Amino acid sequence: MSHQHLSPEVEDYLEHLYMRQHEGYTGELPALSDRGMGELLRHHLAVLEDGGVTLTQDGLAKAERAVRRHRLAERLLHDVIDVHGRDVDHAACEFEHSLHHGVDEHICTLLGHPKTCPHGRAIPPGPCCREQKRAADAAIAPLSTMKKDERGTIAYLSSRQPETVQKLMALGALPGAAVHVIQLFPSVVFQVGQTQIAVDSALAGDIYVRRAGER
Amino acid sequence: MTTLPRLPRPTAPTAPTAKDPCPCAEPARASGHPLLAIIGCPNVGKSVIFNRLTGAYVTVSNYPGTTVEVSRGHTTVGGCAVEVVDTPGMYALLPITEEEAVARRLLLEEHPRQVLHVVDAKNLQRMLPMTLQLLEADLPVTLALNMLDEAEELGFRFDAAELGRALGIPVLGTAGASGRGIAELRAALGAAMTARAECAEYNSAAPVCAEGDSATPVGGVCITYDARIERAVGAIIALIGRPAALAERALALLLLQGDAEIEALVAARASPAALAQVRAIVAETAAQFAQPLRIVIALRRQAVANDIIARTVQAPAEQQRPKLEWLSQLLMHPLAGLPVVALVLYFGIYQFVGMFGAGTLVGLLEENLFGGIINPWLTSVIEGWLPPLWSNLFVGEYGIFTLGITYAVAIVLPIVGLFFLVFSLMEDSGYLPRLAMLIDRIFKQIGLNGRAVIPLVLGFGCDTMATMTTRVLETRRERIIVTLLLALAIPCSAQSGVFLGMLSQVGPAALGIYVAVIVLIFLTVGLLAAKVLPGQRPHFYIELPPLRLPRISNVLVKTYTRLEWYFIEVLPLFILASVLLWLGSLTLQGGQLAFVPHAGLFGAIERALDPLAALIGLPTTADVAQNPALKFTGGTILLTGFFRRDFGAAGLADLFADGLLSPVQVVVSAVTFTLFLPCIAQFLVMKKERGLRTALGMAAFVLIISFGAGALLRVMLMATGWMGR
Repeated sequence: MSHQHLSPEVEDYLEHLYMRQHEGYTGELPALSDRGMGELLRHHLAVLEDGGVTLTQDGLAKAERAVRRHRLAERLLHDVIDVHGRDVDHAACEFEHSLHHGVDEHICTLLGHPKTCPHGRAIPPGPCCREQKRAADAAIAPLSTMKKDERGTIAYLSSRQPETVQKLMALGALPGAAVHVIQLFPSVVFQVGQTQIAVDSALAGDIYVRRAGER
Repeated sequence: MTTLPRLPRPTAPTAPTAKDPCPCAEPARASGHPLLAIIGCPNVGKSVIFNRLTGAYVTVSNYPGTTVEVSRGHTTVGGCAVEVVDTPGMYALLPITEEEAVARRLLLEEHPRQVLHVVDAKNLQRMLPMTLQLLEADLPVTLALNMLDEAEELGFRFDAAELGRALGIPVLGTAGASGRGIAELRAALGAAMTARAECAEYNSAAPVCAEGDSATPVGGVCITYDARIERAVGAIIALIGRPAALAERALALLLLQGDAEIEALVAARASPAALAQVRAIVAETAAQFAQPLRIVIALRRQAVANDIIARTVQAPAEQQRPKLEWLSQLLMHPLAGLPVVALVLYFGIYQFVGMFGAGTLVGLLEENLFGGIINPWLTSVIEGWLPPLWSNLFVGEYGIFTLGITYAVAIVLPIVGLFFLVFSLMEDSGYLPRLAMLIDRIFKQIGLNGRAVIPLVLGFGCDTMATMTTRVLETRRERIIVTLLLALAIPCSAQSGVFLGMLSQVGPAALGIYVAVIVLIFLTVGLLAAKVLPGQRPHFYIELPPLRLPRISNVLVKTYTRLEWYFIEVLPLFILASVLLWLGSLTLQGGQLAFVPHAGLFGAIERALDPLAALIGLPTTADVAQNPALKFTGGTILLTGFFRRDFGAAGLADLFADGLLSPVQVVVSAVTFTLFLPCIAQFLVMKKERGLRTALGMAAFVLIISFGAGALLRVMLMATGWMGR
């Protein structure tokens, strides 16, 4: 069922439902034929509730992929084929329905895993994007896992206590600051700017550093 | 400087009078003088600049309603007398700790005419955002780039004039420790605080921000935040106006960052409806950002600061390693660091405070000076003047001079003074934070973090003072555990000085048993407290300032200030104890009121305490009756010990010096009195800091543990017969 192709009509409808439920889209939903509605309900992609149509879990996943294909298509047409304006919309509407079976992944990779469509709306990430992010993240690691004398720059602070983050920032440990690990035990000692700071390993685990000179 | 429009100030100007040569007297203040507030992060040398400006005449007092210490002094700038206040360290205008809250309250409530923001020049990049914040709050700021020599040695070069133009305020380079730049700073402060034209309006020279820029000009810079934040700021200002001495814009930004104190301040003046609207705006704005607003705002401010620094500061190309880095690494080394701790304790505390202070110095002062010269002379004089009933109040067994003042000056003062000297050295050299990072892992086991090492080490000097500094700890749970441990297992220097002296004369085994028992109880109680008390696990982070050779003058001023505080605190209690002991020893003899030791009310109390004294093997009233050489029963020591723990210790030392205590008695009583109930001053601070119920609970706990441990130890020692009977 998951590889079964839906009709273009149903895909468009799903996309609009997705935008309405997740992106605050308030416009009209496209017209859907009785056949289309039957297809939607038969595959349990949506349910009828209080006179409205709501996506199911399965429908949401399908809708997300459809939105992704649509926006990737837009990106492709806009960036590579150099189509602009209203032409993008029309062409993309036609084009998106043929991007099945991993073709979207290839295009996404080709385009460098874009985050937004030409209209500035977010492109839901696919498996290829998550894979790519994991590879990129290997270069970003918690301070606690770095080695003595290693250098890097702070990428972000992930502590859930805003006060702790504020204190660290007041000490100069801001995103973008250069760090140098001085010692790891019994406490983690590092230098940012001209300040040396000692933190416990839990806190050091919340400071993510982009390592310099990735081996 | 620029001739740009000035912002009006809410404070009423003072018209200069013919009599008053200084145009800027401030009758609204109690001192009649305008206020200069020194503010800045910890470890930037605020206090040194404060001392440079004010000289030695300083009063240290608690900020009203808190136990946070604030130093005040006076100086003359530009021919005018001004009051100077040194505030507790503050990282940002948005406070986290109680100390930061006090610093900010001072800015809000005392209307300083000038704020001197002291920064560590080499760390200007992370400290400049606070200058911007102060300017945003429309405070009249002068910026001191302190520790300039250290920064220059690292390769930094500052264009102070250009930085001043960029910010629209006076900027000066200083090195407080060596005195460099202080004269210029004084002159600049004088100009800023006393110029006639500046009396009515403070001297923040403000440019006009670009057209359409919603930000209020801040000094010479315009700080505009994200449009969504600017909209919220505008909406909040429209609702609340200016309810406090800070600029509306700064208040609105603080509200956006969830500042509870400012919200309370606004709540007191704005209508509930307006407050609800403000809350709604804050919540709505916060929801639009992935990160907390305080971080969004801080990042933006940092970006503006970076931009200014890029134009005015030349930084060294490479990240520099501080001087003495090898020593710093040695001190922090997990293995090599521990012997250093042992050496510091052995030489700094045991040899210097214990042996030299409690032994040599006390011997000289107590036996030779007071016992040999002052007291015999005073006794003969006073006994000549007054009948025995009254002379005993001053020079008798418990006399104000012969007991109270002698103990305070000859026994307690030298020991505590030397300890404070060592502590100030540790503080100024930068050793304490390194000790904190070494010990953090161990302290985590007892529910604390490395930060707690500072109050605990200070406790070895004075537990009362240390209990006050528990405010540097961030969670209530840590504060309770540290307060309890201070009350129970940390002997203050007067006690440990006396006990170490006595114990080392008995022998190394006695000393070993004492230390082992105290450490065991410290760890056990800590572990249990951590288990029993709920609460989140505290995070540990601490700034490690570069190691510095302490400047003797600064160390001495610091030691002196602490000692003065301590002495003012201690002396009245010692005198009071003498008076009460005298009162309690009054009894009717043949229809006449007479002074008879161990009779009267105190005699009754001593008898009532006999069971406790007997429990730990100290003299009871019966023993004293048999051997008149015994000045005190265990009950007396217990009772007086509650006025000052060190008083009780001094009493024991007295008995020991007269050869009236056996080795077992020395060890057991040293353990018991180390653990015993804190002195009354500490109890009062505990009550103030933790509340009466907690303080009473802790007192009861301490009483049980101290006598329980003492009695148990005595039974064990007597049973083994190891140290004789």
